[in-house]
Amino acid sequence: MVRPMKIPRRTMLVVAALCVVLIGGRSEAKLYEPQSITLSNGMQVVAITDQRAPVVTHMVWYRVGGADEAPGETGLAHFLEHLLFKGTEKVPSGQFSRTVSRNGGEGNAFTGYDYTAYFQTIASDKLPLVMEMEADRMVNLTLDPDEVAAERQVVLEERRSRIDNSPGALLAERTNAALYLNYPYRRPLIGWAHEIEALTRENALAFYRKWYAPNNAVLVMAGDITMAELKPLAEKYYGVIPARAVPERNRPLEPEQISARRVDFAHPQVGQVSWSRRYLAPSRFYGETGMVMPLNVLEEVIGGGATSRLYKSLVIEQKIALSAGASYSGDSIGPGTFTFYAVPAEGTTVEALEAAFEAELAAILRDGVDANEVARAVKSMKASAVYARDSVTAPAHAVGQALAIGRTIADIESWPDQVAAVTQEQVMQAARTILATPAHVTSILRPKPGS
Amino acid sequence: MQNLIGRAAAPFLLFAVLLLARPGVAEAIEIQRVVSPGGIEAWLVEDHKNPIITLSANFEGGAAADPDGKEGLATLTSSVLDEGAGPYDSDAFRRKLEDLVIGLGFSAGRDSFGVSLQTLTENADTAFELLRLAMTEPRFDTEPVERIRSQIVAGLKHSENRPQSIASRVWWQAAFPDHPYGRPSGGTVESTGAITTADMKAFAERVLTRSSLKISVVGDITPERLGDLLDKTFGALPESGVSTPPVPAKPAAVGETFVVENPVPQSVVIFGHRGIPRDDPDRFAAAILMEIMAGGFGSRLTEEIREKRGLTYGIYAYTLPLDDAQMVMGGVSTRNDKVAETVGLVREIWADMAAHGPTEEEVRDAKTYINGSFPMRLTSSMPIAGLLVSLQRNERPIDYLDHRVERIDSVTMADLKRVAKRLFLADELTFVVVGQPKGLTPTAPAPEPRS
Repeated sequence: MVRPMKIPRRTMLVVAALCVVLIGGRSEAKLYEPQSITLSNGMQVVAITDQRAPVVTHMVWYRVGGADEAPGETGLAHFLEHLLFKGTEKVPSGQFSRTVSRNGGEGNAFTGYDYTAYFQTIASDKLPLVMEMEADRMVNLTLDPDEVAAERQVVLEERRSRIDNSPGALLAERTNAALYLNYPYRRPLIGWAHEIEALTRENALAFYRKWYAPNNAVLVMAGDITMAELKPLAEKYYGVIPARAVPERNRPLEPEQISARRVDFAHPQVGQVSWSRRYLAPSRFYGETGMVMPLNVLEEVIGGGATSRLYKSLVIEQKIALSAGASYSGDSIGPGTFTFYAVPAEGTTVEALEAAFEAELAAILRDGVDANEVARAVKSMKASAVYARDSVTAPAHAVGQALAIGRTIADIESWPDQVAAVTQEQVMQAARTILATPAHVTSILRPKPGS
Repeated sequence: MQNLIGRAAAPFLLFAVLLLARPGVAEAIEIQRVVSPGGIEAWLVEDHKNPIITLSANFEGGAAADPDGKEGLATLTSSVLDEGAGPYDSDAFRRKLEDLVIGLGFSAGRDSFGVSLQTLTENADTAFELLRLAMTEPRFDTEPVERIRSQIVAGLKHSENRPQSIASRVWWQAAFPDHPYGRPSGGTVESTGAITTADMKAFAERVLTRSSLKISVVGDITPERLGDLLDKTFGALPESGVSTPPVPAKPAAVGETFVVENPVPQSVVIFGHRGIPRDDPDRFAAAILMEIMAGGFGSRLTEEIREKRGLTYGIYAYTLPLDDAQMVMGGVSTRNDKVAETVGLVREIWADMAAHGPTEEEVRDAKTYINGSFPMRLTSSMPIAGLLVSLQRNERPIDYLDHRVERIDSVTMADLKRVAKRLFLADELTFVVVGQPKGLTPTAPAPEPRS
């Protein structure tokens, strides 16, 4: 899981560049320049040509994720993702990964709340092989009950590794459950342990048949391939799969949030207190979507690094925090989040830190942020988008993720213009709209005394 | 939401690929040796596709050379060098980096000290000048030194009770009780507190010298321009400092099993034993064998322990050729009641490989994978630059990569059977288990943490 870091964050350009990639960074006229077509069965096919190397990244994104699970079956989307490696009649269990690697390629898969993706990176002349296997498992999955049982244990071990052995992750899980009152982002992506235990082969197959179809998938190919080369291959392997009726993604709305909530968690493994506060925020498809870009700039100005407002005030000047920052995530179908985080300085209580944060935030909302700081952030965000090109697969990831949640290529490609158009007034209007509310969730992670 | 769960334990987001090979010249990157007018050498991969320049450099001398009681010196120094230099205080220095989107960072390894720089071409002069200032005129102002020190201490506290950190600390302490490798290379709360500005100045004078410097550059720059920047940037460094001769060390606690009781639901296991030297002619055979043993899906450890039995989400092993000791290391996490079975299986799989060697099919697949996937390890400019630095550090010739495929292909089955007996020493495996393992008897008490 990718989460805001709680330990002091030294600004690393790589991290900054990656964030830009994830929201579809672009700075000059030529960047991703994705070509897109739609097959007759409704499957979108995208090529991002970069012929520096005889290598391609092949990704299939399904428009389904953890937030599309029914109540009581948390973890099903992720469990199914694991099971997609468990075989079809043509490619028996375990053979998918083995075939990719014995052909010199690498591959994997991942699950988000809004999408599930499968990918391989391989020499371009081996592309038909992986396309054939990926198309095959879109519809022909066969699951052996013993394999399902063993994989359920693997996922439970994964849960123990990622969550149960990590107090920070346990707290994050409870924090999400408090932050979202009704939206399915409140449920853990990997699933609650007791619900993972109860997931069956039949649950998985039903979910698979409901959502896995060419008309609910996006094929993204990046690297040594042109659309002229890709189109016949896509038609041959994916175009022959019949479209099927796929349900609408019925996502509930959040009720009005009116009260503050606190999740205070002490654990013997914790050696250092940390604090965070989260607000619900608009996203690309939820709420006031016009605030997405201003909120990205706000994140940068008040919490984006060692020269940001919060770090300067709380860490350098007041010396009340060891680290402090903000992070905004708005690339989702459901509500986004705006998060502040900090670690109290030695000798400072977390309560004093919280009060200092609140005073600083109140000052920002009252007096506004410096217009020069906004201009500065916009300029460096635009410039950093150039780094997104230093990769073949990162653009595939950025474009695939954006398309999977419903954005358009025109929208992705206009990112530099969207950043450049952000004004100080918009930033402050967005800040006052989402941050001037008592309806937030404060999370505190503490050492457990006496251990 | 950017929350993702991947299928493999490996960091699944690291799949970005950049390749600089010309199509048709599979996996060859064209490396030029650049010697500046002032005699400073760098290896360059020229690539003008994007307006980005990436530099990686490396000095001999890392955390292993930290004085006793000052463990963490290399780490603290690496974090403070870019917090103000020459005419710029910390804030001015960081603002320059952020405004021009320059990534500058230092990192402390066990045996070496690294530098990385990434800049847009248009800002190259400023970027290299900031690097020069950081190396030759660091300010070590009190405010940033104390701020970074307290951040590092918080980071140490944050991780000190985590089962993974405990397992690693205990393993290295048991294996190297009298060698710096047995000390926590990032320092302790106490030792980090004892480091003075004078210590850091002395460290910089000792380590940042031209005689042990290796430099690689990738990207939008010509050899002539690079030569000029090399002289301006590195020419001011002293020719040589005090060198620290290697102190070859043999691991102790051979074959022991240690248990550190800890109330976690899943035990964390680290294991390892001596390996083969970096220059050993058998290293190519060892690479093939490690791929067969631990190369992810399809490898023996993952097949037997994860896929067939569902005992874990992730099991890994790798070779670690340090300057003073060459190791084979591995790890696995599993629920407490399965630790004994899992540890037993690791030993069995290890012993079986030593006794019988790999199968023909495994060898064929591993060779294809290693040769075919090599280009994908070069995930973007920075990893390429890093690879070129390590080639120089290991004193490989500049055409080393050209013969990579032949070296792998020429390894015979007889070689592999012989090397398997050198590489997999089941009786020498030292295990450290942190958790509440059932049915596993420790052979000796775990060493107490150093005071």
